[in-house]
Amino acid sequence: MVTEAAIWAIFLLPLGSFAFAALVVRPFFNRYSLISGIVTIAALGTALGFSIWTLRSVVLGHNLDFEPFEWLEVGGATIEMGLLVDPLTAVMLVVVSGVSLLVQVYSLGYMKGDASFSRYYAYMSLFTAAMLGLVLASNIIQLYVFWELVGVSSYLLIGFWHERPAAAAAAKKAFIITRIGDVGFIIAILYLFTQADAFAAAGLNAFHIPDIWEAAQPEAAAGAILGGAVLTWLALGIFAGAAGKSGQFPLHTWLPDAMEGPTPVSALIHAATMVAAGVFLVARFFPVFEQSADAMTVVALVGAFTAIFAASMGLVMNDIKRVMAYSTISQLGYMMAALGLGLYAAAIFHLVTHAAFKALLFLGAGSVNHATGTFDMRYMGGLWRHLPVTYVLVVVAGLSLVGIIPLAGFWSKDEILLGAWNGNGPVDTWVSRVTFSALLAGVIVTAFYTIRMIILTFHGEFRGGIDRELEEKAQSAPAGASSPEGNGGHGGVHLAESPWVMVLPMVVLGVGALLLGYLANPQWNEEIGIPKHWITGFLGDGLGAALGAVGHAETLDFSRWMATVSTVAALSGIGLAVLVYLRRRDQRADPLERLKPLHTLLSQKYYLDTLYEDVMVRKGFFKYFAGTVDWIDRNLVDGVVDLIGWFFRNIGTAIGKLQTGQVQAYATGIAFGVLAIILALLLA
Amino acid sequence: MSVHDFYVISPYLAMAGAAVLVILLDLVLPKKGLLPYFSFAVLAGPFIMTLIQFYDLGGAANLLRGADAFTTEDPSILLGAISVDRFALFFNFLIIGTVALVVLASTDYVRNMERFQGEYFALILFAATGMMLLAAATELITIYVSLELTTLPLAALTAFLLNRNSSEAGMKFLIISAISSALMLYGMALVFGFTGSTQLADISIAIGQATGDTPFGNYALFVGIVLMIAGFGFKLSAAPFQMWVPDVYEGGPTPVVAFLSVASKAAAFAVVLRVLFTGFFDVALDWGILIAGLAAASMIIGNLVAISQSNIRRLFGYSTISHAGYILVGVAAGVKSGDGIFKAPEFAAIGPDSVLFYLAAYAAANLTAFFAITIISSKISSDQISDYAGLSTRNPLLAGVLALSLLALVGVPPTGIFIAKLYIFTAAVDSGLIWLAILGVINSAVSAYYYVRIIRVMFTEPATSEVKISGSPAPWLALGLAGAAMVFMGIAPGFVMEAAQEAVRALAV
Repeated sequence: MVTEAAIWAIFLLPLGSFAFAALVVRPFFNRYSLISGIVTIAALGTALGFSIWTLRSVVLGHNLDFEPFEWLEVGGATIEMGLLVDPLTAVMLVVVSGVSLLVQVYSLGYMKGDASFSRYYAYMSLFTAAMLGLVLASNIIQLYVFWELVGVSSYLLIGFWHERPAAAAAAKKAFIITRIGDVGFIIAILYLFTQADAFAAAGLNAFHIPDIWEAAQPEAAAGAILGGAVLTWLALGIFAGAAGKSGQFPLHTWLPDAMEGPTPVSALIHAATMVAAGVFLVARFFPVFEQSADAMTVVALVGAFTAIFAASMGLVMNDIKRVMAYSTISQLGYMMAALGLGLYAAAIFHLVTHAAFKALLFLGAGSVNHATGTFDMRYMGGLWRHLPVTYVLVVVAGLSLVGIIPLAGFWSKDEILLGAWNGNGPVDTWVSRVTFSALLAGVIVTAFYTIRMIILTFHGEFRGGIDRELEEKAQSAPAGASSPEGNGGHGGVHLAESPWVMVLPMVVLGVGALLLGYLANPQWNEEIGIPKHWITGFLGDGLGAALGAVGHAETLDFSRWMATVSTVAALSGIGLAVLVYLRRRDQRADPLERLKPLHTLLSQKYYLDTLYEDVMVRKGFFKYFAGTVDWIDRNLVDGVVDLIGWFFRNIGTAIGKLQTGQVQAYATGIAFGVLAIILALLLA
Repeated sequence: MSVHDFYVISPYLAMAGAAVLVILLDLVLPKKGLLPYFSFAVLAGPFIMTLIQFYDLGGAANLLRGADAFTTEDPSILLGAISVDRFALFFNFLIIGTVALVVLASTDYVRNMERFQGEYFALILFAATGMMLLAAATELITIYVSLELTTLPLAALTAFLLNRNSSEAGMKFLIISAISSALMLYGMALVFGFTGSTQLADISIAIGQATGDTPFGNYALFVGIVLMIAGFGFKLSAAPFQMWVPDVYEGGPTPVVAFLSVASKAAAFAVVLRVLFTGFFDVALDWGILIAGLAAASMIIGNLVAISQSNIRRLFGYSTISHAGYILVGVAAGVKSGDGIFKAPEFAAIGPDSVLFYLAAYAAANLTAFFAITIISSKISSDQISDYAGLSTRNPLLAGVLALSLLALVGVPPTGIFIAKLYIFTAAVDSGLIWLAILGVINSAVSAYYYVRIIRVMFTEPATSEVKISGSPAPWLALGLAGAAMVFMGIAPGFVMEAAQEAVRALAV
């Protein structure tokens, strides 16, 4: 059985490597910055070992209830820190530490020669520690602390190349938009504070996560503490936080911009782990969500809409990482929709397979960038000859994303589609139907943009890479407007396969993208000792145990019919993309551009960025709202005050012009403040 | 006065004595460069006396022998003017700590002044004496005198740079403080007229007997208390008494502004808590609404106007107004409306607890930010945010620490203000002020916008100059200590939190 110390070590090891890289290597041994990479990898390797040990212990059904220790005492409510180890935690631990380890190995090659190598590994360690802490937290406040820390490290990593204005702007945008969602989360936490006494009366702690689950159950002894409309609002508050982190509509706009960070960062944070934290959060509080059909409906519909909406924008992007970013948002939508429909296990299963194939796709994009120096697919093409290993791996990951049997993504997506079609969840049937249609349509779109991306990148003839891109930019903007780094950051074109430190982690992920789905969740027999429906059963049992066996959606048997439908959808998307792109006459133009208005709408991202930034922030807020406040402050308040000041000043000429007008104005302001208060209190 | 009385007021005597000592040393010391270190060293006096009192106090309510501190039954004991209890001692530690850091951080800064270096430090110490007394005062006249002792040296310090901006700021500060003192004195006179006493304890008894339908039970009391709160509002830099803040922050010497924004604010909150909770508690439901309104106005005005500032010191001026708003949320949260027909107010200790914790956390974060700004502005001689461009290349560590303190001011873990905000909003929710808590949460989200903007400028825009920025060890030490305190309170808040809870027990009604 795994010991408590070993579980704490999973979180403390990357924290230690962060401290070591930031406080020892970077200030004193920056010339030997490779040390920080090696230490990080060693720490994460050990953490992965402990994570697997923990998973094994959970599988074997050991009792892993650890006594939390008291951290704070606030107004009669005790806030504790502790470990919550259930199947969900165990699976997430292995995913986070595993993907993080592979990405760190890959980064040894990708970040080689970067001046801030140690800083990079310090941030990456900090992120991994925060993410693992988030997964392990047994207390909602503890969880929130790590939630914010994950946000901060994401901010640091998106803006890693902070000399680039775009990177800095993207970092700021990500930080602020996710915090908008966090307002909901914090309000939900504050509500729990108000109920601290009611919880205590039932012998529970208002912040201890399993106690919150229990309080939400109508039939439990402590039931009715959370219930009715309040429970819905509580769940929606948590969901607001989750939607911000997981890039769900309408808070999705930060994620594509976040691609300004180094590519391994995108692979780890903005594909596999951090963005999945929102899905994890909803799953963590699933017993609460499940009690509110309204909240579940919102989660399902937002997820379903995001799935198709983000996928449509992925159709027209020219930047390979942006295609993947929209794809990530879309896939997170699948997971959210699954949770909303009550398909808890299927959602987490998809999170796991997605972590493998999407991380691989990003690492593949990094490898392509390593060779061509650019991320713009218009300057790629024909790369399969030069990067055969990357090509094969990207195709495997891409088809896994599309959901082609028997790759990993097929099995998890199939679980979701099947569950949606059956519609046994707590939501109304129409919600299941709408969600199912959106998700199925999403499959076609996903297939189309994935194949488009593969063809544009790897097929046809090579279109010049970064050199050509810079040339064309210089022509279109002769006044030296081209930035020397382009949009890549990896020097010039040298068409060759990446070094083995980069290829090896990709191969490992490729094996995952190939086999993980079937091996983790065998559909027919007890293959090689793995029971049928292993992972969904494992997760589902964990949830059942948490609720004292309150019912949850049953694991569904494989359906040939559903597999056929989804495969036909995927193949039609693939066929369409092949028809449009593979034999196109003009290699340099995108055939989709002929659908003028639609293409413009999509490539302008439905004008949402414009709406948020230009209309709401710049015009609405700065120009009108803040401007008005400023104007009122300057003209109206000061004006009235000036007027009165002028009156007194003229009276005061006899006494002498001691005061400047302004001070007089301030003083009059104080007098008016007092008068206003007295009036307000009298009228109240 | 007995010998024991002298012992009771020894921290204040020691602080005032330290100020006098600095002036004397200034006369005889040939090397003025040593003055800051002497000023730092003489702080040992008040610190040690506070420490002795702290251990002497043990579990007792306060240091006054025998008789109840709040009555005049035993006239030999300082006439009940002050109460040396946990609450006062908490602020003694906070203020002495702040002064020590400000003195350290001023070492480079004062070198640029040709004259009056001794006076600079002496005035800081005199102001600190006033602040410490404010936290202990339990009688209106003492409060007034302590307030003036705080304000007048600060006005002189604000005008210390002798340039146009600084003189103007000092003048404004002086005049506005005179006006608010006048308001407050008038309020005190009305309260005295109604209750017949200047002792907070006696006032409390008299108010308890007043009945009436008007707010605060009686018009004289009503106007009196509102005027007093208006007078305090000036010291708190709360809206609508905030207009002087940006001007003074822009014009005054940076370390003085740091001192003003932290220590002066803490002392003002101390006296507000003492007066409202021990003096006026019976009408708490009335002033509770008023304080909540001031809190809301301060948060909104501070945050919104901060967004459009281009001068970093003005920005911090508005930032400090918004933080005064958050802290006032905690003050308002100290009152709960009780059950029963009469709806008597109930004391909710969590409100003042959170105020004290927030003050400590804010002190650490804001001092860190200001010390970084002091080091930077003495090199680039500009306060425009645009001139902070490329600071990350000119001194990465300094830019990093400033960025961390800005994130701390937003309220990001693991820094003290994160816990403090959680604490204060919890207190608000606990006392039924849910609307105020939600407003506070939204305001903190808004505040991220202008704090993060500074980080962005420092790290992304190209530097206008290649000259490295460096400072001497003493300001760096101050910066490091304040920064360490900022992070410490975020990771292990229990220590300060318990101290705050102990302190508030002295207030309990």
